[in-house]
Amino acid sequence: MDCYTANWNPLGEEAFYRKFELYTMEWSLKEDLRDCLVAAAPYGGPIALLKNNARKEKSPGIRPLLEIYSASGLLLASIPWKSGQLVQLGWTASEDLLCIQEDGTVLVYNLFCEFKRHFSMGNEVLQNHVLEAKVFHTEYGTGVAILTGAHRFSLTTNIDDLKLRRMPEVPGLQKPPSCWAVLSQDRVTIILLAVGQDLYLLDNTSCSVVTPPGMSPSAGAYLQMAVSFNYRCLALFTDTGYVWMGLATLKEKLCEFNSSIRSPPKQMVWCMRPRSRQRAVVVAWDRQLMVVGNSTECIQFVLDEDSYLVPELDGVRILSRTSHEFLHEIPEASQEIFKIASMAPGALLLEAQKEYEKESQKADEYLREIKDQKLLPEAVSQCIEAAGYEHEPDTQKSLLRAASFGKCFIDKFPAESFVRMCQDLRVLNAIRDYQIGIPLTFTQYKRLTIEVLLDRLVLRRLYPLAIRICEYLRLSEIQGVSRILAHWACYKVQQKDKSDEEVAHAINQKLGDTPGISYSEIAARAYDCGRTELAIKLLEYEPRSGEQVPLLLKMKRSKLALSKAIESGDTDLVYTVVLHLKNELNRGTFFMTLQNQPVALSLYRQFCKHQERETLKDLYNQDDNHQELGNFHVHSSYSEKRIEGRVGALQNALDEYYKAKNEFAAKATEDQIKLLRLQRHLQEDFDKPYLDLSLHDTVSNLILDGHHKRAEQLYREFKIPDKRYWWLKINALANRGDWEEMEKFSKSKKSPIGYLPFVEISVKHHNRYEAKKYAPRVTPEQRVKAFVLVGDLDQAADAAIEHKNETEMNFVLSKCTASTDTAVAEKLNRARAQLLKK
Amino acid sequence: MAFAGRRDVPEPPDFGILKRLARDQLIYLLEQLPGKKDLFIEADLMSPLDRIANVSILKQHEVDKLYKVESRPAISASDQFCFLVRPRIKTMRYIADIVNADKMSGRSRKYKIIFSPQKFYACEMVLEEEGVFGDVTCDEWSFYLLPLDEDIISMELPEFFRDYFLEGDHRWINSVARALQLLNSLYGPFGKAYGIGRCAKMSYEVWRDLEEESEADGQGRKPEIGNIFLMDRAALVADTDYVTALCSQVVYEGLVDDTFRIKCGSVDFGPDVTSSDKSIKVLLNAQDKVFSQIRNEHFSSVFGFLSQKSRNLQAQYDRRRGMDIKQMKNFVSQELKGLKQEHRLLSLHIGACESIMKKKTKQDFQEMIKAEHSLLEGFDIRESTSFIEEHIDRQVSPIESLRLMCLLSITENGLIPKDYRSLKTQYLQSYGPEHLLTFHNLKRIGLLTEQSAGETLTAVESKVSKLVTDRAAGKITDAFNSLARKSNFRAISKKLGLIPRVDGEYDLKMPRDMAYVFSGAYVPLSCKIIEQVLERRGWLGLEEVVRLLNGNEFSVSDSAVEDNPTWESQRVILAVFLGGCTFSEIAALRFLGKERGCKFIFLTTAITNSARMMEAMIEAKA
Repeated sequence: MDCYTANWNPLGEEAFYRKFELYTMEWSLKEDLRDCLVAAAPYGGPIALLKNNARKEKSPGIRPLLEIYSASGLLLASIPWKSGQLVQLGWTASEDLLCIQEDGTVLVYNLFCEFKRHFSMGNEVLQNHVLEAKVFHTEYGTGVAILTGAHRFSLTTNIDDLKLRRMPEVPGLQKPPSCWAVLSQDRVTIILLAVGQDLYLLDNTSCSVVTPPGMSPSAGAYLQMAVSFNYRCLALFTDTGYVWMGLATLKEKLCEFNSSIRSPPKQMVWCMRPRSRQRAVVVAWDRQLMVVGNSTECIQFVLDEDSYLVPELDGVRILSRTSHEFLHEIPEASQEIFKIASMAPGALLLEAQKEYEKESQKADEYLREIKDQKLLPEAVSQCIEAAGYEHEPDTQKSLLRAASFGKCFIDKFPAESFVRMCQDLRVLNAIRDYQIGIPLTFTQYKRLTIEVLLDRLVLRRLYPLAIRICEYLRLSEIQGVSRILAHWACYKVQQKDKSDEEVAHAINQKLGDTPGISYSEIAARAYDCGRTELAIKLLEYEPRSGEQVPLLLKMKRSKLALSKAIESGDTDLVYTVVLHLKNELNRGTFFMTLQNQPVALSLYRQFCKHQERETLKDLYNQDDNHQELGNFHVHSSYSEKRIEGRVGALQNALDEYYKAKNEFAAKATEDQIKLLRLQRHLQEDFDKPYLDLSLHDTVSNLILDGHHKRAEQLYREFKIPDKRYWWLKINALANRGDWEEMEKFSKSKKSPIGYLPFVEISVKHHNRYEAKKYAPRVTPEQRVKAFVLVGDLDQAADAAIEHKNETEMNFVLSKCTASTDTAVAEKLNRARAQLLKK
Repeated sequence: MAFAGRRDVPEPPDFGILKRLARDQLIYLLEQLPGKKDLFIEADLMSPLDRIANVSILKQHEVDKLYKVESRPAISASDQFCFLVRPRIKTMRYIADIVNADKMSGRSRKYKIIFSPQKFYACEMVLEEEGVFGDVTCDEWSFYLLPLDEDIISMELPEFFRDYFLEGDHRWINSVARALQLLNSLYGPFGKAYGIGRCAKMSYEVWRDLEEESEADGQGRKPEIGNIFLMDRAALVADTDYVTALCSQVVYEGLVDDTFRIKCGSVDFGPDVTSSDKSIKVLLNAQDKVFSQIRNEHFSSVFGFLSQKSRNLQAQYDRRRGMDIKQMKNFVSQELKGLKQEHRLLSLHIGACESIMKKKTKQDFQEMIKAEHSLLEGFDIRESTSFIEEHIDRQVSPIESLRLMCLLSITENGLIPKDYRSLKTQYLQSYGPEHLLTFHNLKRIGLLTEQSAGETLTAVESKVSKLVTDRAAGKITDAFNSLARKSNFRAISKKLGLIPRVDGEYDLKMPRDMAYVFSGAYVPLSCKIIEQVLERRGWLGLEEVVRLLNGNEFSVSDSAVEDNPTWESQRVILAVFLGGCTFSEIAALRFLGKERGCKFIFLTTAITNSARMMEAMIEAKA
């Protein structure tokens, strides 16, 4: 423990900084870093190197070589650089490599040196060339700022949604600025540049001169500037060796330092940690590294090798040919515990635990001391927190052990923070392994979130590790394992050396029915790689037809799409495909396709019925469906206003019905045409509306109006059955009140419907007198009913008695009223009694 | 005939929540269009909407004026139009016309279309073709289920029948599946599912797919509905079960529906019933104490019951005589109101009965029933045919004539060619030539067909197979093979004993079986199948029937749901009727439920009866 603070360097009263090695670099570089273009992604990201880029070696034999390493120096990929002259490399927030060429073209590669896309920074940049470029990250995404040969700035704040902005001109700028930086304030991206002793601020519209507060006038010309990770702080280095540190708004000075080194530093970056009051800047020269802050003293390190600084959220990474180090401020919790002779509760707890392990009674003493101050919970929390800041598993363990020990003496200490920390450290230690090479600190990890970390593992194709982490942290399948498997599958389909069957099988084998897996997404990826057959195979595994269809359509497998859509039972989907087919195929083929898919056909028919009636006709025509064509014409005849039009349409229908060999329909239509023509005549002759009436009603109306001849003519012409005609006629006559004609009619020949209807109809029109005329002509079986109807109970009784029918007798009896029909009732009762006697 | 150890009928789950859900969502949707707006409502959504949210609720959410879709657009100054519509192409064009007219006159308004129960892609397609897609916003009001009564839930989709069975349009299947999903999520998983019919099977499968996709965790819930039984209206090829829907209803509720048309659980009693000069709208459900006692009764016993009831009522009124002041006070404050209410209802129902009687005697109801019964039993076919002919000739009623023709066709497995032609000719002469298309529809759906010899069958087959194909096209061939066999209806009714052998008079007051809903002449096929399958807990032993019904039966138990016989839910059965169900069937199953100590809940696409079914087949003049 005594040596634990050995690498702690004090800066000022309160702050300590330490530098320790993350990795011994594996990359065995032959070149010096200074001869390479270097870019390292933040959050322990990969390192890109471009070798032999220097202009002077224009010898044609040597091509520049682009290499990408993990943070531990393992080679991930390399390609010979064949494109144009590169000015700058940079990483996007999603760990894509941006290669900015002299002509303003930006090429995007993934971290396996696979080309993804490119974009241009505009014509102006193309003409004037890129002098310098910077890649920066804001809440909008990853941005690129360019200084052109004409000393103008162009920038975009988000390369995924490219909007180029050309910044205003700096008046009188003849030579490139000595240094510049991109600032982001209140969601506005601005550029700060220094020319000699002047500072300029460029925003969207204007250029203004600014002076940092508290800057001594004798400070000299600006050589270097640095913006902090969070854009809050700004540091300026002048040629007198003076460092100004203040807020990026240039409203306040935080501190200053005089290094008295006049040569321009190679790099200057901020070294801060979130929520800490300490602010320091790391300045690097060729062989010297200096940490300066709010103190007259500074921390100095000697650099044995050429080094490269990578600013991080909570510190600075220092890369060199042989090692990869991390420089950061010691967090408060660690300070409290490990500071020499610290009496902080955490420190005491750690001590207590150690004594306990030694089986010394001192353990109890220490513990008491904490407990007396009632600080045990704080002590445990402190140990847990400090464990997170440690890089060495051994130290992590001893701190966690102390926490666990202390926890035992507290009632109901929530275990969650302890468990979480153990889990987090386990994950962090796993990814820090040099094979993986992601040296995330706890603070960075929390900022990055586990989801992003998993994404990054997936990007590195470290699928098994990612899955292990998901399982270990018990992330929900959809968020975790499934997502990773899906990514794996998407990668798998790109393996061109394996056959479609093999790949499809392998994927299905691994993925099975894991919830949240979208086979259609994987298939889409396969299709993007030009493997249509594989895509179709993969789609077979997709349980949701709704997901299969859009991709199938995209792959121009419309017919398959149609059958899948139908299978899904989702008519919307079917409509989608049908509409797509309609536009894609010519009409003939389109109809043919539909003919084989009845469900789709009937859906499309429904649509046409309301929206495109003419198409409906074409559909039937194509199919030689004469029956439906006939119906179609009949239907359209209704909407014809003019009678000629109507007859015409019906004539068409007639032809179709004949073709359909539907004689009945043909005959009916023929009759209808005949009727229509007749009705027109009637309408003209009698000036009354006859159109649209049925045959029955037409005849009935004729009789009602007394046109008996005409009615007779229709009766014969349309072969109206006798029964109907009689019913119809007596009804109409009764309605007309033409009793005379009715009687005449009744005698014209024997009624095919009998005479009871005559009785009924007369009674219905309250004409008993007429009814009585017909009652005797009613057939014997119905005579009782007829007499009852006309109200002649006496005769009814006689008829019933004659029939010797008890039911009839009872029926008549039930109609008898005591007051008036006593005689009849008596007669009936007698007859009934006689009947029963027999 | 009481069962030994008859158990109490379990209470049905509370379906009120369905209404609350629908209302809340509607309010949410209305609020999506803040500010005053005019609301255009589709005609057939009006009654259902009325059951969910009344005008004052709509007004509370800044609905200014209400219009009916279809009426010519009223001149409105409102800046916002909201359309509450069914997803129909016709309506889309109506809306597009309004929007385009506004555009022409340079008016700018906001338009929002709320589709109920769901939006169809075809609608968007039409909006796009009419060039207004960008001008409107669309939303869905997932109002799938309207509880009409404590045991009846309706989807209020009468067009389901025509769209699916006639036009072969499957779009509502998805809605049915979503409705099931909703029930499933609210009332827990169904333990056992049975079904028969292609439509039923498809709906079931789509629903299962939906469940799997959503991965909703309804499994933990205690199931409130133990069994679900899905039934196509036309499950049955030869379409045997159309018979049930085609017969005249004689149960009180069915008669009221046939005579006055029950709309969304309420009926308008006209002046002839109320014996005053205005109509009264009456809600018919279990809350109506008089109605709930007579709804399932055979009409012949209703009068007796009502007079008994009025005597009781009078007796209760008469108790006043001997009361002292205090008792009187109690009576007035507690009982009088209830009595008055009951009295009002009683007089309404008596009025309704009288009105029914009047109408029925006018139409020779007895003779019609007689004809129907002989059709069912297959006696005196010639006589029945002439009865129908006379019916047509006398122009009694186009719907009724059509109904009788269909009934004849189905029970006889098609009309003999001579009758087929002559009846149709007569019909066209009586009711107008446009019914040529109606006949075509009836033929297509199989309601009115010609007895066909073997060789003509293939032609029909090819035609129908174009209409109805599914995942396995081969099933159609099977279907036609079964069709080729002689009269399905006779075979099935024999197999299942649908026509009870009656010795002596059938006692309609103390019914023995479900046949009472048709005066003892016929047990509704749908109900009989439900009874049989529930009894056997599956289709085992019903193979022959299934074959006659053209298969597509299924029976699935959800292994995740524990088969716990102590749960009341085991005795709650959801009967799903796709294509509509009649009050007779409801009455029959209520009867069965009472006998077996279980509770049937009815989910139907709509309440139907013979008239509605026939009307659906009639080709409207364009």
